[in-house]
Amino acid sequence: MKALQRFFEKIAPQFEKGGRFEKFYPIFEMTDTFLFTTPETTERGPHIRDHLDMKRMMVMVVIALLPAFVVGTYNVGLQASLAKGIQAGLWENFWSGFLTILPIILVSYIVGGFWEVLFAVTRKHEINEGFLVTGILFALVLPPTIPLWQVAVGITFGVVIGKEVFGGTGMNILNPALTARAFIFFAFPGKISGDRVWTAIDWAKDRLVDGYSGATPLLVASNAAPGQNAVDAVHAAGFSWDQMFYGLIPGSIGETSTLAILIGAAILLITGIGSWRVMLATLIGGFGMAWIMNMATGAGSPGIFSLPAHYHLVMGGFAFGLVFMATDPVSASGTNTGKWIYGILIGVLAILVRTVNPAYPEGMMLAILFMNVFSPLIDYFVVRANIRRRLSRA
Amino acid sequence: MTTHKIKQGYDIKLAGKAAPEVTEANPAKQVAVQPPDFRWLRPRLTVEPGDSVRIGTTLFVDKENPEIKFVSPASGKVAAVNRGLRRAIMEVVIDSDGKWESETFDIFSDAEIASLSREKVVEQLLNSGLWPYLRQRPFSKPANPADTPRDIFINGMDTAPLAPDVNLLMEGQEDAFQAGINVLQRLTEGKIYLSVNGNLPLCNAFEKAQGVEKHGFIGPHPSGNVSTHIYNIAPFKRGDVLWFLSAPAVACIGRLFKEGKIPVERIVAVTGSSVSAEKRRYYKTTLGASIRSLVEEKTIRDEDVRFISGNVLTGRKLEPAGFVGFYDYQLTVIPEGHQREFLGWISPGFKKDSFSRTFFSALFPQREYERSTLKHGGLRAFVQTGEYEKVVPLDILPMHLVKSIIAEDVEEMEGLGLLDVDPEDFALCSYICPSKIDFESYIDRGQHMCWLEG
Repeated sequence: MKALQRFFEKIAPQFEKGGRFEKFYPIFEMTDTFLFTTPETTERGPHIRDHLDMKRMMVMVVIALLPAFVVGTYNVGLQASLAKGIQAGLWENFWSGFLTILPIILVSYIVGGFWEVLFAVTRKHEINEGFLVTGILFALVLPPTIPLWQVAVGITFGVVIGKEVFGGTGMNILNPALTARAFIFFAFPGKISGDRVWTAIDWAKDRLVDGYSGATPLLVASNAAPGQNAVDAVHAAGFSWDQMFYGLIPGSIGETSTLAILIGAAILLITGIGSWRVMLATLIGGFGMAWIMNMATGAGSPGIFSLPAHYHLVMGGFAFGLVFMATDPVSASGTNTGKWIYGILIGVLAILVRTVNPAYPEGMMLAILFMNVFSPLIDYFVVRANIRRRLSRA
Repeated sequence: MTTHKIKQGYDIKLAGKAAPEVTEANPAKQVAVQPPDFRWLRPRLTVEPGDSVRIGTTLFVDKENPEIKFVSPASGKVAAVNRGLRRAIMEVVIDSDGKWESETFDIFSDAEIASLSREKVVEQLLNSGLWPYLRQRPFSKPANPADTPRDIFINGMDTAPLAPDVNLLMEGQEDAFQAGINVLQRLTEGKIYLSVNGNLPLCNAFEKAQGVEKHGFIGPHPSGNVSTHIYNIAPFKRGDVLWFLSAPAVACIGRLFKEGKIPVERIVAVTGSSVSAEKRRYYKTTLGASIRSLVEEKTIRDEDVRFISGNVLTGRKLEPAGFVGFYDYQLTVIPEGHQREFLGWISPGFKKDSFSRTFFSALFPQREYERSTLKHGGLRAFVQTGEYEKVVPLDILPMHLVKSIIAEDVEEMEGLGLLDVDPEDFALCSYICPSKIDFESYIDRGQHMCWLEG
């Protein structure tokens, strides 16, 4: 290690001001501080600083995503096997799932990373670690059949329009990973919605088991006939609550296993990186709205009205969005009071879209993006209230 | 006594506390008065190198308010006037002749103090150079003699990392402290508040003090900061002028009026992991004493160290040839950081102390750590939210306040409470910030903007 460190010390002057590769300093800095912690010291008080930095913080989020990644990978393989009627073991399923999603993750990281570095080099600032999270988040909310060129186009849109045009990590209004997904969702709806994209199979070539539909539980619930109980429809399609909780259902790569997501949530909450306020508020909002819709269920109302809250939680992207997307500190509300309003409204809107909007079975992505747009406004009112409180002392 | 429980805050688990014993330090051969100790002060020198001075001889005055004098704490000769960037005066150094000859001032009995006129009190404090002990809110500058403060806050506690025990500093100061309070009563029509550590038994000086309203504070740092006390006792309102000073300074003022001499003795706690354990204690020395008189080179355990006048959060970085500051009762010595760690961002971190729980050190909350000056990360934009509020026990939105300062929106920053606070209240924000943002510098910059606007 000492030799490596010496090598970096030796080449450092070439990248510093006046050096031959001055332009590429951000790349050098990134590699250097990736390998060895920064030697920077404080200039004035506070003379000592906490060990937590942006690298550690972002890496914690990536670690929290690992359970969802692992279970999701296995599930991608499992769903393909089930559709084809193949008996496959744990490792076989994991491996085939891994081969399916590895290219997606690689493309997301490489293309997104390219933009990140390009902007850092042109703007002459250090490369932001936020992309470590965006790259994997985006991959995990995609269906396993997504064409790779769409992954590239999507992450480009997410990073450039969702983040860099505002000034980079910390300045963005929208969550970049969700911006990327929303772009794909509206630009290429055929590849990211419907019932034929959620399982890694080729509908034209593969021989599928009889009666295989490929529909996700949420789609089944959404299509339940008026007056029909959505839970019955979901059960009839062969999905039990347990199965959905463990994540052994068709769906986006990392979104299916609520259990794995909850492990991730525990990591975020124990380390203190994720906001418990946002998570709890979103849960309250979602459960409250689902309960209201249950109450509103009548003879002629759409079947999904009757879907209970704990089913909403384990279906679609609700849990994933709640834990990993709504909690993005940059695009969420920045005040503690604001976080409650922000979270509750995400939960309410997500269930509202799911139940009353027949066009979109899933509402989580749009609910979060919508509240991302509103969070500066929420913060504005919280800040005004703080100022008024102070004035009222006089 | 009212007790206030402070929930927000954080005690950094730093190794290097001073043992609670007071010993006589080597007499300081050099002492200094340092203009940077006084906020935004523009000094006008009244002596030149080579001039003979006594204790109480004016060395420089405040350009804006020439009545405010800064005096020599020793008798001898002016050795040097050291300047820093843009020729700003950093220190006026005095070579002590060891005779401690002093200017003399009027002596008053307790009864006389009680009937003193405000003018006489102000005059004696200004001439003795003790006036700058009184600082004002907003801005924490030396108080303006023309103002009458709403209230005066005496701070009898310090919760900063490795901070000296104020009870120890106050030992044997009962009469002087009471006399000081009586003098302060001549300066305000309002109340005089005394804030003490609610967890410790009161020292005699505090226990017996009359004419003050006592408030106990319990909780992690910054429960000992003046802003915390003001906010909980009688919050700052726009247009208010409040004065504050430390309890040892009150005793100094008391002795000036009782003895007619400027008390220049000062107890300084030598702290920090770089000083060998047996030398970490309280030293009786002189105001503005040189570091060399307090810490001998051979007692320093680390090769490259940083000397800090005050504590690690808000103290001022000193050269090894530097001097302890006017308001400081503590000298901290910690190692400078150099070492780089391979793939540090993923290390389990059993020995990495953190406010967050992202390292395994969180499993050992009782451990104390030796800490260096490493920043542990590069500067980033604001990302994390909701954490800063956990270490600021005031109704303040730290991130929004700093953003309003970056935007130079004076009205907004005043609205968000910039005048209620001091940069020291945000030291823990800078400490915990994963983006390594320097809150204190922003607060200082913002307050300077407000002050210039009047």
